[in-house]
Amino acid sequence: MTPRTTLAVAARVLTQLRRDHRTLAMLLVLPCVVLALLWWMFEADTRLAGGFDALGPPLLALIPFIVMFLVTSVTTLRERSSGTLERLLAMPTGKGDVLVGYALAFGLVAAVQSALAVLLCTTALGLDVAGPVWMLVVVAVADAVLGSVLGLFVSAFARTEFQAVQFMPALVVPQILLCGLFLPREAMPGVLEAVADVLPLSFAVDAMTSVSTTTGAAFGSVDGSVWGDLLVVAGFAVAGLVLGAATLRRRTP
Amino acid sequence: MMNNVAVEVRDLVVRRGRARAVDGLTCSIPRGEVTGLLGPSGCGKSTLMRSVVGVQVVTSGTVEVLGLPAGDRRLRDRVGYVTQAPSVYDDLTVVENLRFFARVLGVADEEAERCLVAVDLAGARDQMVGRLSGGQRSRASLAVALLGRPELLVLDEPTVGLDPVLRRDLWAMFHALADGGTSVLVSSHVMDEAERCDRLLLMRDGRLLAADAPHRLLERTGTADVESAFLAIVEHAAEVPA
Repeated sequence: MTPRTTLAVAARVLTQLRRDHRTLAMLLVLPCVVLALLWWMFEADTRLAGGFDALGPPLLALIPFIVMFLVTSVTTLRERSSGTLERLLAMPTGKGDVLVGYALAFGLVAAVQSALAVLLCTTALGLDVAGPVWMLVVVAVADAVLGSVLGLFVSAFARTEFQAVQFMPALVVPQILLCGLFLPREAMPGVLEAVADVLPLSFAVDAMTSVSTTTGAAFGSVDGSVWGDLLVVAGFAVAGLVLGAATLRRRTP
Repeated sequence: MMNNVAVEVRDLVVRRGRARAVDGLTCSIPRGEVTGLLGPSGCGKSTLMRSVVGVQVVTSGTVEVLGLPAGDRRLRDRVGYVTQAPSVYDDLTVVENLRFFARVLGVADEEAERCLVAVDLAGARDQMVGRLSGGQRSRASLAVALLGRPELLVLDEPTVGLDPVLRRDLWAMFHALADGGTSVLVSSHVMDEAERCDRLLLMRDGRLLAADAPHRLLERTGTADVESAFLAIVEHAAEVPA
C-alpha cells in the first residue's frame, strides 16, 4: 500500500462521480429534501413525537449511512464485474489502496453532503443544536464511512447490482428499525434491546443525538459519551475494512 | 536455458467447477518472441493465460514467469495483461484511464501518451470510453497493458472484431515489441492469425496439441494452412491414442 496509489484510486473515484451528474445531484440534494419533508410534517404540531428537534438528528445519522452503503455496494460491484479490479490487483496495488481509496473518496463526498444537510437544518429549518454544529458533520462522516465499508463488504456476496441493492433490506433496514428512532431501545423486549444496543447504527444515532441535545467538557465541548460512541463506530468501520480486504482476492477460481 | 524462457508451465491442472479447464499442460514460452495460443473457444486458453498472470487459482502444477512463480509480487509491474472483456473504466476518458493506471504503476504521464499513440487512439484521447466502439475499447485496454514497457505481455484475443488494417498494424506492433526484447503471448481462436506468430501453441480440451513454429507445423503435417494442420493433428490423435 502506497499513498500514491491510494490517492490515485480516490481521485479516480471522485472523477467518475463528478461525471455522473444525476448521482451527484441526488447525493447532495436528496438528503436536504428528505430533511425538509420531515420538518414540514411537524410544522402543524411540533410536540408530536418530540418534533423535528428529536427526529432530525437521528435522520442526519441515518441518511449518510444509507446513501453511502448503496453507492459503495453498487460501485464496487461494478469494479469487480468489469475486470478492472482484477487488473488493479494484478498491478502493484495493495488491497488497502483500493479500500482506503474508496473510503477517502466517499468520506469526502459524505462530508460535503452532511455539511449541506446540517447547514440546512440549523439555519432554514431551525434545528436546535446544543453542541457545536461541526461535531454533527464529524459524526455524519463517521456514519458515512461505516456505510461505505459495509457496502464494500456486501458487494463481494452479490453477483449483480440487483442483488447488491437487496442487501439494503437485509442489513440496513433492521438497523434503522432498532436504532431507537421509532421506539426508545429501552422500551423494546429484552432480547431485541440487547441486540439493538450493539448494532453499529445505534452508536451512530446515539452520538448524533448526544451532540444535538447535550454539551460537555470533552474535546469539541461535547459529552464524553459522543467520543466513546464514535470510537465504536470507527471500530466497526475498521473491522469492516479488514473483512472487506479478505473479500478482495488476487487469485480467483 | 533460463534466460531464453519467459514462461515455463509444468503439469498444470486447473479445475473450474467440475470441468478441467486445463488438463495437465506443459509448455514453455520463449523470450523476445510472439507466441500464439490457438484453439477453439472454450479450450482453456483464457484459463492458461490467467494462470500465467497469476490471477487464477490452480489445482496443481507450476507456472514460472521470468524466473519467478506466477503472480509473485515482484512480477506485478513486469507483466502486462489484457483480458477478453476490456478492463477499463467506461465513465472516464481514454487518457484519464491511462493516467490512472500509469499512476498505479508509478510511471510518468508521458508514458500514457506514448501508449495512446502505440494503439492508434490519440485521436480519441478525450472521449469517454463508454462511447467508443468495441474495437476502440479493446485498444484502450491494450494501451493500459503497454504502460511501463512490461517484459511479458499476455493478451487474450486482442484483435477480435478489429478492422483488418488495424489488425495488421497491431501484429506489426507485437513484432516490434518482440524485437525489442518483450515476450508476447497472444491468444486467438482465428486460425488465420497463426501465421503471424513466431511460434504456436495449439490447444484443445485443456490440452496442448502441438508447440512449434508455423512453417514447421505445416511441414510436419503436410498441410497448407494452420486450420488444416490443426485438423490433421486432432484426427491423428484420435487414430493413435497416446
